[in-house]
Amino acid sequence: MPQDFDLDQFKSTYFEECHDLLAAAEEYLGILQNEMNDVDVETLHAIFRCVHSIKGGAGTFNYTDLVSFSHVFEALLDKLRDRKIKLTPELVKTLYSANDVLVTLVQMAQDDEVVDPAIWEQTAKDLEAFVQETPPVVEKKSTAFAGYNKTEQEEEEQGWGLFIDEKDDLAPEIDLAVTLQPKPIPEPEPEPQEDSAASAVEEAVETDQSEETEIRPSEVGIAHYRIQFIPDSHLLRFANEPLLLSRELATLGQCYAYPDISKLPSLDEIKADEAYLSWIFELVSDCKLADIEEVFEFVIDDCDLKIDKIQAGTKPESENKDIVADQSASSPLKLAAPTSLEVADEKTPTVKKEAPKSESASASSSHKVSSIRVDLDRVDKLVNMVGELVISQAMLMQQAENLPNNVGETMSQGFENLSAHTRHLQESVMAIRMQPVKSVFARMPRLVRELSARLKKKVDLITSGEMTEVDKTVIEQLMDPITHMIRNSLDHGVESVEERIAAGKPERAKIQLNAEHRSGRIQIEVIDDGYGIDRKRVLEKAIAKGIVDKDDNLRDDEIDDLIFVPGFSTAKEVSNISGRGVGMDVVRRNIINLGGRISVFSSPGKGTRFLLSLPLTLAVLDGMIVQCGEEKYIIPLTSIIENIYPQPEELKKLGSGATLISVRGEYIRLVNLHRLFNIKGAVTDPVEGLVVIVETERYGLVGILVDELLGQQQVVIKSLEENYDPIAGVSAATILGNGKVALILDTDGLAQMEHGNSRRNFNELSKQVLLTGEQTNDVE
Amino acid sequence: MGLRVLAVDDSKTMRDMVGFTLRNAGHEVLEAGDGQEALDKLGNDRVDLIITDVNMPRMDGIELIKELRSNNVHKTTPILVLTTESDTAKKNEGRAAGATGWIVKPFSPEKLLQVVAKVCP
Repeated sequence: MPQDFDLDQFKSTYFEECHDLLAAAEEYLGILQNEMNDVDVETLHAIFRCVHSIKGGAGTFNYTDLVSFSHVFEALLDKLRDRKIKLTPELVKTLYSANDVLVTLVQMAQDDEVVDPAIWEQTAKDLEAFVQETPPVVEKKSTAFAGYNKTEQEEEEQGWGLFIDEKDDLAPEIDLAVTLQPKPIPEPEPEPQEDSAASAVEEAVETDQSEETEIRPSEVGIAHYRIQFIPDSHLLRFANEPLLLSRELATLGQCYAYPDISKLPSLDEIKADEAYLSWIFELVSDCKLADIEEVFEFVIDDCDLKIDKIQAGTKPESENKDIVADQSASSPLKLAAPTSLEVADEKTPTVKKEAPKSESASASSSHKVSSIRVDLDRVDKLVNMVGELVISQAMLMQQAENLPNNVGETMSQGFENLSAHTRHLQESVMAIRMQPVKSVFARMPRLVRELSARLKKKVDLITSGEMTEVDKTVIEQLMDPITHMIRNSLDHGVESVEERIAAGKPERAKIQLNAEHRSGRIQIEVIDDGYGIDRKRVLEKAIAKGIVDKDDNLRDDEIDDLIFVPGFSTAKEVSNISGRGVGMDVVRRNIINLGGRISVFSSPGKGTRFLLSLPLTLAVLDGMIVQCGEEKYIIPLTSIIENIYPQPEELKKLGSGATLISVRGEYIRLVNLHRLFNIKGAVTDPVEGLVVIVETERYGLVGILVDELLGQQQVVIKSLEENYDPIAGVSAATILGNGKVALILDTDGLAQMEHGNSRRNFNELSKQVLLTGEQTNDVE
Repeated sequence: MGLRVLAVDDSKTMRDMVGFTLRNAGHEVLEAGDGQEALDKLGNDRVDLIITDVNMPRMDGIELIKELRSNNVHKTTPILVLTTESDTAKKNEGRAAGATGWIVKPFSPEKLLQVVAKVCP
């Protein structure tokens, strides 16, 4: 009994009340005696209420003898008022003496006297004798009577005489109900639903016993329950509220709710007091099954409730279901739970109480719901299929364009929806593979620590944007380039402590590693505050190695770019740290293979900045389809700035053969796509064609001359390397709606080709490896 | 949370105990000695919760619930039935009449508050 709740304060009220009630009862008994043959049922009710109230209070104050006796008394009165027992003079006499006993017991309780059961047991037996005369209730009531000893009484009456907050008091009833079919069905009964009720009983009993013996020992531990809760449509009508139930459930442990909204009708069909939703709760808790059942206590008959304990090897509940359904309709349910709440009305929903109170050790290995591990292959397959779906959808749309207007119109709405859904699907699938770059970044501090110690440099690594997400395949490809760039910065980028002090820089060098999303790509920067690129030495070396000509007169950024050239290494001696001259060119090649770009920006004495830009995913790309001669190409949408139709006066030809277009006063170099790829029949005069202005990482804005724009489309990237070889100016290929292969242009690559071409002059052009229409089809 | 609760019981002891417990928890408690008095007291005033005994003179708990459920004002008010454990039949009767839940007598203050929390937001 709770300490903070002093019952004594209510006792005086109670006894006062008792005396009133007893007096009233006596008065009513007098009426009974007078009207023996024509009793007003209200008189019987009144007497019943008197005894009932006394019993109720006695229970509260834990007067066990008073409770036991008034219970028997009340039981008789109950039968009497229901006209199940005939009123006889002897009975009235017994009632009188029972009332006297009650008076005595109340008085003794009030006086705090110890009660000798002998003073009431005989009268109780007399009362019981009357009850026993009524056949239908004999069994039950005699049990009740026989049970004056405490254990039985507790089982039958469940916690009288004490506050009933102890859960254990409820346990017997619930346990019985629950042991119906808790065991994952063993080998027998392949078709349980065919079984007769009789065998179902057997099954139930069997299970009951085996459960009983095998469960008891291990009651403790954390278990994982799956609770299926399907409210009947009228559940809300009596003010029961699933929200409150789920909140209560959540107090038992870690609880996840999975709502099922599939039965939800459209808004205009919703009735406010109907329940449409159902839930599956996943509960990880050390509570007992009875605790869960208690949560649903009030709604158990107004819902379909199934509580499964999930553990390894448990068979799905569906196998058990049929048996339960059978049982609920027939006797076994009652057999199992004599005092059960399941007094069946014809519309009884099948109440399924599944699973054991067994808390076997294996249950504690409850599985996680928050994430699952999936083989990457499966995800890739999914990604691929979605890719194909996108293509099919594009094909469909293209074919629909050829339909007569009236048909096409009606279909266009459908196609728009299809298109939107495909897109969402694709995004969702892509999102599965997205991961933060953290996993890569996290390895760098150690690298920096170890390397700087070895190089005797003092370096701080500062990272940001670790949570930037990219496709898993991109992440895998990031490791090497980033490691390489960091190494390079440590080895060649930053100075030794002495050099830094001499240069007036802080003793500790700083390397920053940043990641961020920028216009649909991920951009990764490695910035150091070291020497910057020693252009003079780079140039000398490049000339010495014959990479560039002495007279080439390179711009600063072109000199910087030389570090990416194959076979170039600026290290005075080959160190075992940043490689043997295959470093940065390999990095660049790998990155270009990924559809990415790497560029370097350097300011002498201040530091170097490597900028790495990669697509977020290697699977799809938003592209603009352009026509050039017979060929169609894809220009990545993210790099397109605008499209212009140049006027003759906006064009300027340079001596080198390069053409510049003036766009609002700014000169932009023209990339002659047809010339680079040697495309026949293409528009060669910019005035007749269209110029797509694109942004490149290294060459700023350039304008690509094409015949015309065909439209915008999401394309699925098909790697060229897997089927062909890397091609300058082309990053990948795709399949168009008509099933033909189109190449995806690498704008930076094109710009570089154009630059190189103009320097070497047109005549050299034909010697370049050029792509023609035939080659395109080879790829297919 | 401060609910407005109507406690209906012919036993003053019970009314006192329910009232005491709920008032201690910060709720407002109205009391009525039987179903008829409860209806008279309520009229069309809304309360947050009604706790009622079953066996009462004049109008019993079952009748009271039926009356309340047929009144649009009280149709959706949570109703808890105070019952003894042996009264399975009463419990079912109460539910059939439209009770939201039940509290088994005797009950502890904690149990009472717990059940109240179960039916009142």
